[in-house]
This record gives sequence, C-alpha cells and structure tokens, in this order.
Amino acid sequence: MLRIIGGKVYDPANNINGVIKDICIANGKIVADVDAGRTIDATGRIVFPGGVDIHTHVAGAALNFARAMTPENQRTAAKFMHTADTRAGIGGPTPTTFATGYLYAGMGYTTVVEAAVPILSAKHTHEELRDTPIVDKACMLLMANNEIVMDLLEAGDFERAKQVVAWLIWAAKVYGVKAVNPGGVTAWKWGKDAKQLHEPVYGYNKITPAQIIGGLANIVDQLGLPHPVHLHCNNLGAPGNVATTLETMKVLEGNRAHMAHLQFHAYGGDDWHTMRSEATQIADYFNKHKNLTADAGAVLFGNAVTITADGPWQHLLYQLTGRKWGNLDVENETGCGIVPYTYKGSNLVNAVQWAVGLELLLLIDDPWRIFLTTDHPNGACFWRYPEIIHLLMNAEVRKERVKKLPAKALSRIVLGDLDRQYSLYEIAIITSAGPARALGMPNKGHLGVGADADVVIFNENPDGEMMFRYPRYVIKAGEIVVEEGDIKNPHDGREFIVKPTYDEKIEDYLKPVFQSQYTMSFENYPVELERAHHAEVRPV
Amino acid sequence: MITLTLKQQPTVPLEAENICPDVVAGLTHDAVRALPVYHGKRQCRLDEFFDVGQAFQPDGQAGKPNLRTDEATELEIHGDCSRVKWIGRGMTRGRIKVVGNAGMHLGSGMTGGVIEVTGNASDWVGAEMKDGLIRIHGNAGGQVGAAYRGSLAGMAGGTILIGGNAGLEVGMRMKRGIIAVGGVVRDFAGLQMKGGTLVLLGGAEIRTGAWMFRGTIVSLKPIKLLPTFSYSCEYEPSFLRIYAKHLRTLGVTIPIDGGMYQRFTGDTSLPGKGEILVWQAQS
Ligand SMILES: [Zn+2]
Repeated sequence: MLRIIGGKVYDPANNINGVIKDICIANGKIVADVDAGRTIDATGRIVFPGGVDIHTHVAGAALNFARAMTPENQRTAAKFMHTADTRAGIGGPTPTTFATGYLYAGMGYTTVVEAAVPILSAKHTHEELRDTPIVDKACMLLMANNEIVMDLLEAGDFERAKQVVAWLIWAAKVYGVKAVNPGGVTAWKWGKDAKQLHEPVYGYNKITPAQIIGGLANIVDQLGLPHPVHLHCNNLGAPGNVATTLETMKVLEGNRAHMAHLQFHAYGGDDWHTMRSEATQIADYFNKHKNLTADAGAVLFGNAVTITADGPWQHLLYQLTGRKWGNLDVENETGCGIVPYTYKGSNLVNAVQWAVGLELLLLIDDPWRIFLTTDHPNGACFWRYPEIIHLLMNAEVRKERVKKLPAKALSRIVLGDLDRQYSLYEIAIITSAGPARALGMPNKGHLGVGADADVVIFNENPDGEMMFRYPRYVIKAGEIVVEEGDIKNPHDGREFIVKPTYDEKIEDYLKPVFQSQYTMSFENYPVELERAHHAEVRPV
Repeated sequence: MITLTLKQQPTVPLEAENICPDVVAGLTHDAVRALPVYHGKRQCRLDEFFDVGQAFQPDGQAGKPNLRTDEATELEIHGDCSRVKWIGRGMTRGRIKVVGNAGMHLGSGMTGGVIEVTGNASDWVGAEMKDGLIRIHGNAGGQVGAAYRGSLAGMAGGTILIGGNAGLEVGMRMKRGIIAVGGVVRDFAGLQMKGGTLVLLGGAEIRTGAWMFRGTIVSLKPIKLLPTFSYSCEYEPSFLRIYAKHLRTLGVTIPIDGGMYQRFTGDTSLPGKGEILVWQAQS
C-alpha cells in the first residue's frame, strides 16, 4: 500500500487540474484510501498519470533488422550496465529490449503500443515484448496489404473478410488493426506504389486503397475493437500529400479512425524544392471531424532510423539519401524498409517537417484528439519527447528556434506565428489521458479509483525538458520502479490482447488458401497465448 | 616515461584501451599496475600481463601521483603485443612507442599525440582518428584510417605513415588527413573515400578508389584502375609540391620533378569527384 501526499495532481480524465490531493494505492490499483504502508511526500511536486505511447516501434523483426543494420549507432549509444536491479543494454535510436523498458519508465511512460506487427513475425514481437520490462504493451496488426483480406474485399465478400480479420487478430494476439500505405506495400512487390486513392491497386482488378481503408475501418468498428483502425496514409512523406490525407479523411467519414504520425502526411508543394507545411489545412478539417484522433509523429533534428512497412517510400528515401537501405518481404502480408536518416536544421525539407509536427500539435484545438509521438525511431527517438514538451509549453523558445531555420523555410511554415502554449493539464492529456482514451483502455491514463496505479511524480520546473526528462518517482502497477531518478526493482509489464468473436468455421476457408500460399503450415501460424507474457485478454 | 614490458602472451586478444597516456597521466605506480584490461570476458589487472617499469619513483604517499604529468604521458611498450588491442584508443596527447608489434585498433579515434611502432601493426590502425600522428615502421593490416562498419566517415584528420605493406580497405571512407604507405596496399584502397589524401609509394593491388566520392590518391607506381575512372590529363599538380614539402619533414619522399602525374577522375559509377594521380617518370 502506498500513499502519495501533498502533490499537485493533474488528472484530466477526472477534471482534476493542479489540485493538491492524496493518491492512494493498493494491490496495483488506485483506491480511495489506505490505512497502512509507505507514504511518499510529494509536496511541491507534480503528480501525473503514467504516460501512454500510442504509436512506437520497439519490438519485432523490422526493428531488430534496423538494430543490426546500424552498428554505428550502437557504438555511441548510452550504455546500461548490468546491476542487481537491471539488465545490460544500450540506448540510442533503436534501444535493446530491456533498455527500452528502462528508458520509457525512466521518462514516466508506463504503457506503449508497438504499432506495426505482421502476423508472420508476431511470435518474435511477443518474445521481445516479454523482455521489455516495466511497461504494459499492446500491438497493432498490419492488415492493409494482407492479400487474403484484399482478395475478399475485391470479391465484395465483406462478411468473410471481417471473419478473417477477427481470426487473424486472435491468431497474432494483438490489440488493434494497423493499415500502412493501403495497397501500396502489395504494389511494391511489383515495384509500384499506390499513390491514387481511387485507382485499383497494382496487381488487382478492382480494389482501390480507398476501399481497403473504408473496408478495414468498417470491420474494426463492427467488431467493436476498443481502438479504431490505426492508419498510416498513402503517400507518406511526399510533397503535396495533403490532398491524399484530406481525401482519406473523407473516406473515413462515418467511421472512427486514428491517423498515425500525421506530420508525415501534411505537406504541400509539388516537389522537394517547393515543399511547404499544410498543417493549417489538415488541422481545419480535423478540428471539424470528431470521428478522428491522431498522433503527431513529430520530427527533431538529429539522427534517426526510419522503419516502416511502407516499402516504396523507403526505397525513395534510400535514393534521396544514398544511405543504407534494408528491404524485407513478408509473404502475403506486408513488407518493410529501413533507412538510417539524419534530420538537419539546415535542410529546407527537414526544417518544414520539424515545424509541421509542432504546428499540428498547436493547431489541432482538442488535446484529447492529438497525441505526442515521434513515430519512434522514425522522426526522433522516444526518449526525446521532453524536448517536444518544452517547445509546446514555451512559445518564446519556439520562436527563437524558428529564427535559426533556413530563411527559405520561414515562408513555408506558420509555426512562428503560433502563440499557443500548452499547460501542464494539456501535457497530461496528450501524453497520457488522451492516448489511453483513444486506445479504449479505461484503466490507463487517469488517477481515479479503480485505475491502474501508474503514477509519475515530477519536480516542478519552468524548463519543461528538465522536468519531464527526470521524473523523481515512477510507480507502475503500484510498485515504485523509479525512486529519486533511479530505476529500481523493475518487474514485468502486461500485454493487452483483444479476442474478437468470429465464426470458427472461417478456418475451413482459410486453411486451404493458406496451405497453397504460405511457406508455413497453418497449424504453426497462430501465436500461442502462452507466448504473450502476462497476457490480459479482453473479449469483444 | 612509463615502460610496460609484456611478460605473458595473452591466449586471446587483450582489450587494453587503458594503455593510453590520458588514462595513466597522474596515476600512482600501483594504480597503473591495477588498471583493468579484459582478457576475453575476464577482467584482469594490467600487471598480470605487463611489468610496469621503474621509471616510477617508489611509492610515496598512498594515492598521490608520483610522476610529473608530462612524464606520465609518455609510454614505452616492449614485446610482441600483436594480441593487445586498442592501445592509445582516443588519446588526446602524449606519446606511445611500441618496441615490437601492436594489435588491432591501435590509436583508434585518437585526437592528438604520437604513436610509433617499430614492428608491425594489425587491422584498424587509426580508425576514425581525428588528429595526431601514427607511424608504423613495419606492415599494417587492413582498414588503416578507415570508418568502422556502418559509420559514414573514417579518419577526419591527422597523419598515418606505414613503412611496409598494408591490407585491405586502407583509408576506407576517410574524410580528411593523410595516409602514406611505403609498400604495397591490397584491394580497395580508398574505398568510398570522401576526402583527404592517400599516398601509395609502392603501388596497390586492385579496385583502388572504388566508390570514391572525393579526395586524392597518389600512386608512385603504375596501378590497375577500375573502368569507372576516366583519364583527364597529364600535369604537375602544384598542390603536391606543398604536400611533398610537408611529407619530407615526416621522412616521406614523393617525386615532383623529373616526370608528370597522370590524372584520373572517378569513381564515375557514383558519380564521384575523386582523383587518382599516377606518377610517370620521364623516359
Ligand atoms: Zn510508425
């Protein structure tokens, strides 16, 4: 049992805005009162619900491929030495599994969502998540280029497609459905991309990216999954992609959807020389359409490693940079590309990208619908979130940074004109309460009675970066895992998995298709529940 | 000066980045003897493998350095240290003399000071070094002044002089600085070179300058060129006079008079803007 006294509590889900009150914890949950146990004096300190990262890449085959491809980063990465409490590891742009847990927890984050899991490598992902300590985890399943699903949607067999998706979700032991460059990854297997929403996907006769997006959004809503379709739009990163993004949002009217790393999808211009921010246009539309949530996918200057299922985009990025390129094919399901990348403040395109991420966070007026992410490790490493928080909370600092951008960039962004400053209450929303709500996790992101006891205590500091980089205490499931800044006594987190209802007979359809198309036997395909460590299954 | 004499040949390579002027400066005799080195996964004391010589005064007060700092930045190492890795890693000042052979990663990432080896050195001599001087009297292994695997750039400054032959990928991805090799270098000298100067006094095997982006390779012997290098002219490069004058102070002679240099540009498969200058004595 634990009582935190005297802290100034920010708990937006319960409308508590900087109120001094006690937080009581028993059996891993927030409770109304405790009569024994330790007391933490948080007087003069700030109390937040544990952070929730709605979109990150921390485990699985693609990330491991990226780790292997970038030995130059590992050599200079922060080192985690073996101690009585912690395992050895390294940080850097693609931290090792144990270090990932320590880094997230050390920053006050207690729940993370691995946002791109192919069914075929889901076993690997779960194994790595098992070795990612402290934080609770959930996975999004790559679905928008799954050829079995696409064949069914093309044939107009929506019902069967829905059964297949439900079966696959349970087979992979995941939490939600991810759509990456719908149709584009399949087309990439022919050396093509899917740039037009309403043209048939290469290799298919009828089905278009728009139909895949609409179909999956419908399936997810009809299955009643807690989190809507998690969408990485077509034409990521391309100048002028704002048109595609707006069109995609129109396709999604009538459904719920989460727009992943929106920053990468909010550009105007015709080419790299004329690229500009269209954050205003995106924010205007987004503000009026309450069916949507988004995460920022913000960019910070420095080294990153881009990892995405968006194979054609990665090939283009490789051609643009001349750096290393990795490409993976995942049979009938998806693919993946990896390119190390350095965002430079002196580069016009990078300057616009940096601005767009912040602009979206500032122009989207409802913090409950836009969340802090960097699409780690694509836009920046997750452990740099405090730098973004500092910029959001301080317009003066932001404007000083804008002045350092290339002169040409200034006419293409609006960041310098934005005066909005995030309050601590709003930071608590975009880092915790908001993403928890969008994920449909009722026990996360708040400090009301019954919530998971994931609590962070910060020293109040006008420098937001310092404040959020070094929480004094982090409590996860009622256990103190960071005390006065040091990781101690880390335990394993849980994995959240949904079990949609489906007709078991769908296996009669799937098995022959599968046996003729896959390299793996049907029986070996699904992930055993035991492989997901501390699984918490939620039937829907 | 501190003298280290190898007394026991390590059975597997010894990781000894603590054999470095920056580390030993200001340490007592006892502290130097106790410096950690890794023999495989085992952490050992330096004096399990080396006699730490008596340039030291007998220990005065415990915990007090008993050498003047400038003396402590000179190290002399005796013995066949071909299995001792990382000597002088990241050194910023001082001098190391190896009387014998040196192991891999000698002077890796160094930013200043001088290293001299009377015998041979292994791979990765001066890899990613930034400044300073390394002189090997014998042969060197591969990847001299190179970028480590995955890194975008190799040596960014300083000078490496090899008296004998050198191995594969000499100067791979180097960005600045000078490497001069007295003997023959093996394949892929100047691979993906980004700048700097590579002087090949004894010629090279094949694929010299492959994927070269910028920089200069000077060969005093005719060499086999890749088809992606194109001949541009025969001339007397005026900058080489200045380089020759500088290299002469280091004991390296490159001819200026009595012939011409043929200039080849490439690697055009990139397309690169590097150059290979091949000496043609007047017949
Ligand atoms: Zn992502």
